[in-house]
Amino acid sequence: MKITEKEVRHVADLANLKLTEAEVARFQADLDGILQHMDRLNEIDTSGVEPMAQVLLGADPGATLRADEAVLPLGNLAALANAPQPGGGYFKVPQVIER
Amino acid sequence: MKIPPLTIDGVREGLLSRQFSATELAGEALRFAEGENATTGAYLHFSPERALAAARQVDDKIARGEEPGPLAGVTVAVKDVIVTKGIRTTCGSKLLAHFIPPYDATAVERIEQAGGILMGKTNCDEFAMGSSNENSAFGPVRNPVATDRVPGGSSGGSAAAVAQGTAVVALGSDTGGSIRQPASFCGVVGVTPTYGRVSRYGLTAFASSLDHIGPLARSVKDSATLLGVIAGHDPRDATSAAAPVPDYAAELTGDVKGLKLGLPREYLKDLTSETGRLILKGVDTLKSLGCEVREISLPATDYAIASYYIIATAEASSNLARYDGVRYTFRSGSSETLSDMYRNTRGEAFGAECKRRIMLGTYVLSAGYYDAYYLKAQKVRGLIARDFANAFQQVDAIVAPVSPFPAFKLGEKVDDPLAMYLSDIFTITGSLAGIPCMSVPCGKTAEGLPVGMQILTRHFDESTMFRLADAFERTQTR
Repeated sequence: MKITEKEVRHVADLANLKLTEAEVARFQADLDGILQHMDRLNEIDTSGVEPMAQVLLGADPGATLRADEAVLPLGNLAALANAPQPGGGYFKVPQVIER
Repeated sequence: MKIPPLTIDGVREGLLSRQFSATELAGEALRFAEGENATTGAYLHFSPERALAAARQVDDKIARGEEPGPLAGVTVAVKDVIVTKGIRTTCGSKLLAHFIPPYDATAVERIEQAGGILMGKTNCDEFAMGSSNENSAFGPVRNPVATDRVPGGSSGGSAAAVAQGTAVVALGSDTGGSIRQPASFCGVVGVTPTYGRVSRYGLTAFASSLDHIGPLARSVKDSATLLGVIAGHDPRDATSAAAPVPDYAAELTGDVKGLKLGLPREYLKDLTSETGRLILKGVDTLKSLGCEVREISLPATDYAIASYYIIATAEASSNLARYDGVRYTFRSGSSETLSDMYRNTRGEAFGAECKRRIMLGTYVLSAGYYDAYYLKAQKVRGLIARDFANAFQQVDAIVAPVSPFPAFKLGEKVDDPLAMYLSDIFTITGSLAGIPCMSVPCGKTAEGLPVGMQILTRHFDESTMFRLADAFERTQTR
């Protein structure tokens, strides 16, 4: 087995994702099968290969930088327009520090 | 007024010869699309006010004798992961069901500057994660060719809208095949340009090193015209490329004599199906047009799915972290503390496939697994890119299938996520390399289901890709 239900719960914690018991069982089975497939990566020799983090490595690093000039931001009202709970120009959230 | 499915050129002719006005065309298109939508569910919502306002501008320009733009009066459907100012953008997710973006994506802005008419927003898999459009929180899309089948995904709504004629062209997004595969399933043209060719400003991020915006259309020429409008550097997207944009549509000469085409040996071994026979028939057609065909090898192909689903989910787990109940409309109503609010919001709002990918991505990035999975996957990605670079020293273009099979039935594959991932094999390799690739219709199965042929070329060589696809399209009877 590649992953246990305990590990699924740990990963869900890391991802800030509340899962039901049924989801934990389902994802344990799904991820186990997927990770077994991923294991085939061990078959291929990648010694001396650079990890590819982006596509256009050949481009001049400064080619697409814009001029360093201040531009107007979106603005407070627009940024808050979709907030579930705006207030006083801020995003309001529940209590942060747990007693 | 009854309007047949038009091309971009057809719309232009009709407008300039005063057969119809842009306003009449947009009004009729909206009525037709709203009726057709009952069958396919291709659109999540329409944008009639914005469409008619844009159409009036086109009519005014024509009345004043001004050039109305390369997309004048052309109806465009936009995938609902691409933001539109003041028009709801849901990403197919319950989480963003009421999200009204405060700005337009660059691609949308450029379409409207060119005279295009925004019809509405198309359905898709939640946050573009899926290959069947069954992962939308607002229900699946049905394939207009056979309504008991999926349209493909994740840009299923855009492909269906173009296929049923409710828009002349559409925008989709592609991370591992999400434009090409639905184009193939619905019998239309779908283009994934070079990584960086089209600005992603305003595209909701899924996997940033792989995400593209690209066109869907009923003809190669229309897809080339639309790409010409949306391509080019954008200072608001640091990953958009500075490379000059050719006039793609003007380059469609029909002459492909002497072009060298590669058929990847690793893809051919599975080509015994009906899909395979149609692809090989397509290759024969290209030969008869004067192309030279040779077998090539892309040895790392077998490792592409594993590499892709590690990199894409890792990036997705980071990108989707922003949906935490603070900024984007949906918040779970039952949380005492901030951390509970995060967990409950995400647990209640994300669908199963998004959760699965967030979990997988978080796992491969977590302590102890980073080197074994994420770093290894990036190295394999380097090998896949190298395979293509080597191949393009011998050939000008690569011809391949898009999907191993045509459109399948709704519900047929939902219970086996790995099988669904594995079916992305032919589209994922090009995505990992970041090269331009497209699907062009190459016939139908005995059951009448469309099959797409994929053409892949070197970075920034969309011109050769379009020229080949167009020459091929001219041989096909519609």
